[in-house]
Amino acid sequence: MSQVPAVVIAGPGTNRDHDVRQALLLAGANAKIVLASELVERPRLLGDYRLAVIAGGFSHADSLGAGRMLALDLMVGLGEELRGFVDAGRPLIGICNGFQVLTRTRLLPGALGHNAQGNFDCRWVVLDTVEKSSCVWTKGIEDPIHCPIAHGEGRYVHPDPESLTAAGQVALRYRSTNPNGSVADIAGVCDPSGVVLGLMPHPENHIVDRQHPHHTRGGGGPHHLGLRLFENGVRHAKGL
Amino acid sequence: MVHRHRLTLRPIEADPRAAAIERRAADLGLGDLHEVFIADIVFVDGNLEPADRDRLHSVLVDPLLQRGNWDLPISHAVEITLQPGVTDSGADAVRHACEQLGIDIEAAATGRRIRFSDDVSHELADEVIARIVANPIIERWTWGTIEPLHPGAGETVAALVIPIRGADEGRLAAINTRRALYLDPEEMLAIRDHFESLDRDPTDLELETLGQTWSEHCAHKTFRAVIDATGGTDGVEQELVPLMQQLRTCTETIDAAFVKSAFVGNAGVIEFAKGTTIALKAETHNHPSAVEPFGGANTGVGGVIRDVLGIAHRPIAITDILCFGPADLPLADLPAGSLHPRRVREGVIDGVADYGNKIGLPTVAGAILYDPAYTTNPLVFAGCIGTSPSRPLHEGPTSGDRVLVLGGATGRDGIRGATFSSATMDASTGEVAGASVQIGDPIVEKLLIDVLVGAEDLYSSITDCGAGGLSSAVGEMAEGIGADVELDLVPRKYPGLKPWEVWLSEAQERMVISVPKRNVSAIFNRCKRVGVGVADIGEFTGDNVLTVRSSGTTVCQLDTTFLHDGRPQRRMTAVLPDPDRSEITTRKVDDPAAALLALLSHPNIASKATTIHRYDHEILGSTVVRPLIGAASDGPADGVVLAEPLAKHGIAIGIGVNPWFGQHDPEAMAYAVVDEAIRNVVAVGADPDKIALLDNFSWGDPRRASTLGELAAAVEGCCAAAYMYNAPFVSGKDSLNNEYIGTDGERHAVPPTLVITAVAHIPDADRCITPDLVEPGNLIMLIGNTSSEFAGSHLDKVLGAPSKPGVAPAPDPDAPTHYRRLHAAMQAGLVVSCHDLSEGGLAVALAEMCLAGRLGASVDTLPHDDHATSLFSESMGRLIVEIEPRSAVAFVRVMDDQCLQIGEVSESGMLTLPGVEPILVSDLADAFNRDAYATGVES
Repeated sequence: MSQVPAVVIAGPGTNRDHDVRQALLLAGANAKIVLASELVERPRLLGDYRLAVIAGGFSHADSLGAGRMLALDLMVGLGEELRGFVDAGRPLIGICNGFQVLTRTRLLPGALGHNAQGNFDCRWVVLDTVEKSSCVWTKGIEDPIHCPIAHGEGRYVHPDPESLTAAGQVALRYRSTNPNGSVADIAGVCDPSGVVLGLMPHPENHIVDRQHPHHTRGGGGPHHLGLRLFENGVRHAKGL
Repeated sequence: MVHRHRLTLRPIEADPRAAAIERRAADLGLGDLHEVFIADIVFVDGNLEPADRDRLHSVLVDPLLQRGNWDLPISHAVEITLQPGVTDSGADAVRHACEQLGIDIEAAATGRRIRFSDDVSHELADEVIARIVANPIIERWTWGTIEPLHPGAGETVAALVIPIRGADEGRLAAINTRRALYLDPEEMLAIRDHFESLDRDPTDLELETLGQTWSEHCAHKTFRAVIDATGGTDGVEQELVPLMQQLRTCTETIDAAFVKSAFVGNAGVIEFAKGTTIALKAETHNHPSAVEPFGGANTGVGGVIRDVLGIAHRPIAITDILCFGPADLPLADLPAGSLHPRRVREGVIDGVADYGNKIGLPTVAGAILYDPAYTTNPLVFAGCIGTSPSRPLHEGPTSGDRVLVLGGATGRDGIRGATFSSATMDASTGEVAGASVQIGDPIVEKLLIDVLVGAEDLYSSITDCGAGGLSSAVGEMAEGIGADVELDLVPRKYPGLKPWEVWLSEAQERMVISVPKRNVSAIFNRCKRVGVGVADIGEFTGDNVLTVRSSGTTVCQLDTTFLHDGRPQRRMTAVLPDPDRSEITTRKVDDPAAALLALLSHPNIASKATTIHRYDHEILGSTVVRPLIGAASDGPADGVVLAEPLAKHGIAIGIGVNPWFGQHDPEAMAYAVVDEAIRNVVAVGADPDKIALLDNFSWGDPRRASTLGELAAAVEGCCAAAYMYNAPFVSGKDSLNNEYIGTDGERHAVPPTLVITAVAHIPDADRCITPDLVEPGNLIMLIGNTSSEFAGSHLDKVLGAPSKPGVAPAPDPDAPTHYRRLHAAMQAGLVVSCHDLSEGGLAVALAEMCLAGRLGASVDTLPHDDHATSLFSESMGRLIVEIEPRSAVAFVRVMDDQCLQIGEVSESGMLTLPGVEPILVSDLADAFNRDAYATGVES
């Protein structure tokens, strides 16, 4: 079977698009970076892809709130197509700024506020996958994922986290260290169908063992790669 | 009349920004603030319908995070907004949102409202705003409601003619001062004579162009001067080869095959592995950072990234070396007109983080130094590294090529930055320099990268718009060919700019390229796709004249030969230092354990984790050795290593800096910091025969003969070290006049601060070495020679320096051989961990290895008869390595016996040194992390 066509959506100021593309390539997808403005100009383009990523960065400089302007661009120019993409069961993931965008488009619940500690923070975290989640991106992954965070507005806020958990929408939680004050240690949430995932950490920055900060001391290893999320997404898209 | 609407946004939960204001006020002893509230304000000028306001509200307000109210009544609060013309990315966002929503508006702006509790007096609140919150250089504020100003539509102003022919030295001096040119009297005479020979007077634009091009910042007049020197160790009078020539000759003599371009263009270019070239550059942005720390550091980073982009490379990493006054300086001791070191530090680190994080480059290597001498003159060194597939360097414009300006629009920001940076500061500098400081817009520069990377075949030359703006960029490109530029075609932020202001503006995020006519439309298309502004403003002519037109008249017609070569060479006088290198002294340390813990807690040595975690050092996925390493990711790395995820090769970056040696012996200092930078990269596994260097000098006023003498001695030390290590300099920069005349009339200069950046080849990125101890039972070896060298040492900072400090560390002629052998041992897989010895000597280095590995060490052999010398001397050329017992014989053989086994890694959880009370590794970690823990960052 041919490779899964995947699109990395980038706004003005998106900066982890190349990292994500590299992760998707390694996961076996045929990945391409496309500007949000190009998609808005030709909305039907989105239909060419079976997997989509909204990559991290500072779209529109995060002025007046992270992700808001890119979310507005997508909803005004591509709202219908994006919904159609998700309704067709095609996997969509928003990472960091992409997560912020997806909450603003209401494709994902909740919101992301300023980190509790008050500033941007970059460090490695450990993520537990939630067993009872319906998320297609984390399905079957039992070992914790190790990868870095790099954000200033990553504190997940939701008025009723228990209901999210009950609905199987909590996909990832921070283990031991909650780096930003997120409610119920939530690092990633999905939509009710499980095809849309948003998370603040950057699995695309842990795609080979050498990237792990403790790889010389026996830390990390293939089971903890962030790459596994992308492999899951690609596998799901392949099965559609 | 257009109505102004105000949307106030208040966070629902506790606001960390407000808590920070309360904390900083307490830190500075201003008073106990409680219940500070911050709101953001959005100003929209336009005739909005209620439905428009609702739609805008729904986009700008997230109800889970904020409350938003239109036209909220004012309370006990100060409102702050940006000065007209300062970059306001929030306003851009509002305009963008309105466009998407189809709402017509005239203007937008943003601001902040700081609300105090009623018991806070106006006086206290005013002081808090001025000291902590806002900066008049870029902002204005008022009690109650503020009304943002938009740059007005001033009248179009023509260029003035400045009568200069026949002027005597007095009148020339007056013109020099009035126009803030900061030129030498001889240079003013040369300009007068030139225009007398042309039989006309210059326009203001021509004079300003010469002022920029001939500034210390752009022309490096001191580094190019002939120097009459006296003094020194031999005491004879001599004429020195210009300093820049010395450095260039050094690189030419070393003649390393990997150097592709050195000391020309925007950055140095090297090629370690066939097929990929690396561009490297480091810059200073000291003066702007002193008056507006955030904007100064922010645009410093933006500028050095453009330098790399300006030699057709894709930027991949940022470095930063920061020098501040003591964070605990009492407010009463703060000189008038200066910002408190805490505020400078806060702003500078925010500024570096903001630019690097947003543009999407890892900020990886760096250093932070504290010294009282940096209180009034903080130093900010920013570096950038880029890569590119190997290709010939661009040859420059040919006649007929078009002049294209890419990026942001031009405003009155950053006027005369090049001359400002060449001047000495005083208490009023903040006021006069206002126009030379700006806030960057990293997203625009990110888009510039997107446009330019991959477009290398479309242009014939490229340069960044930095100091001097278009005058420098176009002026440099036009050297030897000439250009004809129409200023009316330069995109403006607002009307009313004088022609010379457009020409000199240092508005950020702009690049100039020369483009053959056939490729112009391709460049325009690329810009349109990504959303970058572009304007075709003229042509390269071939007549060797720099012609500038404005509103139908010619405002500049300068012969480019005169512009670039007409400046009379400076002749300067230096008194070389004569340090006493014979007086060896040692130290008596009563409680070495306490001294070690104090050293680990010293701000210069202690963990920089609070800063490092503010920078995204993971983006691009290439960071293999991070600035913090080890079992708990809190140990200090020597060099950092970058390698693309799937690549075998990588590059290591190391930094050397030590102004305290420089206060005793500038020549030895220079040698020592080259050695330190090289040792940092060797320690992580770099090839000692593939190292390129950058030099950045921040010095006092070179017109003082002793200061120039120290500079000349340092250049000599640099060259000696480069020859010794066969490591060429490929680029450098000097920032002189880092002095401040206090209201007391006294001069305050920075100590001689030389930053050396080493960039080196890592042959195998899977085999990098870090300083964390790994396995109990492994052997600990010391490489290098230890002598009693305490002048400028950190032991003296902790215990106080004696009246006879002795000598600063001298070069170790054996070091290059040691490094090559160590590298061979690393390549053979014989080395487990490795750390270089620097501030605090052997004791601190061992402590850092222990805490990084969370393992103990038992040391039974010391390298010197004198106890304090063994533990705390800062002799050059030394490294500690950890070796498996089974590798010991092989290692000693590879090192040719040039190593000393001093102990072994232990499971005891203690660092045990002869004659020192054993110290728990957890206590070492606590001492090292004191600051990081105190500010709530854990690893």
